[in-house]
Amino acid sequence: MDVLLILPILLPLLTAVAALLVWNRRPVQGALGVLGTVALLGAGLALLDAIWRDGVRTLQVGNWPDPFGITLSADLFSAIMVVLAGLIGLAAAVYSLGSMDPDRERFGYYPLFHFLLMGVCGAFLTGDIFNLYVWFEVMLIASFVLMVLGGERAQLEGGIKYVTLNLMASALFLAAVGILYGVTGALNMADLAHRLRYVEQPGLMTALAVLFLVAFGIKAAVFPLFFWLPASYHTPPVAVSALFSGLLTKVGVYALIRVFTRLFVQDAGYLHAIILVIAGLTMVTGVLGAVAQTEVRRLLSFHIVSQIGYLLMGLGLFTPAALAGAVFFMAHVVLAKAALFLVGGIAHRLRGTYDLKKLGGLYRSHPGLAVLFLLPALSLAGLPPLSGFFAKLALVWAGLETRQFAIVAVALGVSLLTLFSMMKIWNEAFWKPLGENDPPPAGGTSPALWLPVAGLAALTVLIGLAAGPLFVLSLRAAEQLLGM
Amino acid sequence: METVLAFVIGGLYAAGLYMLMRRSIVKLVIGLALMSQAANLLIFTLGRLIRGRPALIPPDAAALAGPFADPVPQALILTAIVISFGVHAFTIILVKRAYQTVGTDDLDDMRNTDLLS
Repeated sequence: MDVLLILPILLPLLTAVAALLVWNRRPVQGALGVLGTVALLGAGLALLDAIWRDGVRTLQVGNWPDPFGITLSADLFSAIMVVLAGLIGLAAAVYSLGSMDPDRERFGYYPLFHFLLMGVCGAFLTGDIFNLYVWFEVMLIASFVLMVLGGERAQLEGGIKYVTLNLMASALFLAAVGILYGVTGALNMADLAHRLRYVEQPGLMTALAVLFLVAFGIKAAVFPLFFWLPASYHTPPVAVSALFSGLLTKVGVYALIRVFTRLFVQDAGYLHAIILVIAGLTMVTGVLGAVAQTEVRRLLSFHIVSQIGYLLMGLGLFTPAALAGAVFFMAHVVLAKAALFLVGGIAHRLRGTYDLKKLGGLYRSHPGLAVLFLLPALSLAGLPPLSGFFAKLALVWAGLETRQFAIVAVALGVSLLTLFSMMKIWNEAFWKPLGENDPPPAGGTSPALWLPVAGLAALTVLIGLAAGPLFVLSLRAAEQLLGM
Repeated sequence: METVLAFVIGGLYAAGLYMLMRRSIVKLVIGLALMSQAANLLIFTLGRLIRGRPALIPPDAAALAGPFADPVPQALILTAIVISFGVHAFTIILVKRAYQTVGTDDLDDMRNTDLLS
């Protein structure tokens, strides 16, 4: 029994149950939440360390032999994702302590938060395609409730779009799993990878692959399936937005990378060309959508879409270096994006609005916040020596190696537009003097708001400084993905 | 039997998609339910239809002999039905709350979160 593999699923579950048991004592729930996410982060790091030393780990739940039972399996990529889930969970849990309103806490915010983390970690650790569906649903149902908890009008409107599109994706995913089982008679991913090599129906295989691409594409918010994301991600409280932006779409990308490096590699050239085109279009439409926005959270939502394109670019290029770039980029974008959402939340606390037109003067009054914004923002745009620079460098380098110059040009152009977009936030919210008729500052802040932002911003710097060892780790993860 | 089920599945998908395209949020929920039922039937049909041969070993035999109904697709469908039950129950409540809060059941009037602020 390999305890390390099951801990990242068990710990959030136990935390959620414990939080349910102290339903009426909300401060205890909050403290439990922080403890639980610290433990999750620790378990993730221990798992990463164990896999780094001993290689891929698997666990047959209930001791059923290999292709029949429920399999949990983790390689370096899964372990890195679990660590990221722990980090984002911790940041959001601490931020919630200072920002969540009592009404949401009263209706089970903390238990739901941990059920969501359980679903996310389950999706990262499962070795079975049907269980992936089940973990997706665990994650989705928790995210549905977190999305609409509070029942504000915008939340309900955004929630309907979010729920509908995600349920449609689930139905497509389920159908794809059913067809896959009908064709191969297997659900275990390692077993599937083996059996799919001997399937002599290229037409059916392509249809299946595209079905998976669409189902996970909706969840990952790629072009042209991303419209639910900017319609809904800005509606819940900012701690929830940060959690969603850090984890949910990334689970979709994780599933895409998993499926298209392991299962559908027969006519790889054809599929990966499609993925590259989608990647380019996702980057461009996301960043152009952001240009027109003046609401900080909506603007950042479009940037989530744009950054998903970079992750797909790594998958589309399909070399070890490119996949390593995607893994590295994942670590970078998850942290930077969550940090930006949380900075937006602090700005809202200080000024009472998310509207860039009404914000202003934050550099003068809160230079610390300005620094905390600039670090992840410039990192997202890809300025050295921050994390984004090395992530993009790896992807661009891989693109030049495989002579895919079009996608490299798009990636560089979009970087420039991202910088432009981040500078727009800087100019409007931080640099521009505060207008005279504007409302007075809305409320105070507490250390619980500043700590996670400072931590995440420091991590974007740290990743940049430790880019060498981390890239070696990403490369090992990519080699494991490709079965080298 | 497979042919009949194939048409039923196709019909369910078509009806589900048609309902999803309507503007009423109630029809949206019905469309989602139809889509997930279609997926369940699809799994059932693709698991091969074999009548009257459950996957049970007879008392006097040591192993299963001959063609038997695969229990795995049925287990998958059972799981999927339970999940979709929970999810659809949530969706129906969401639709009710949205109708009460927004005051309309027309999706075209629910564009506030898409408009430029």
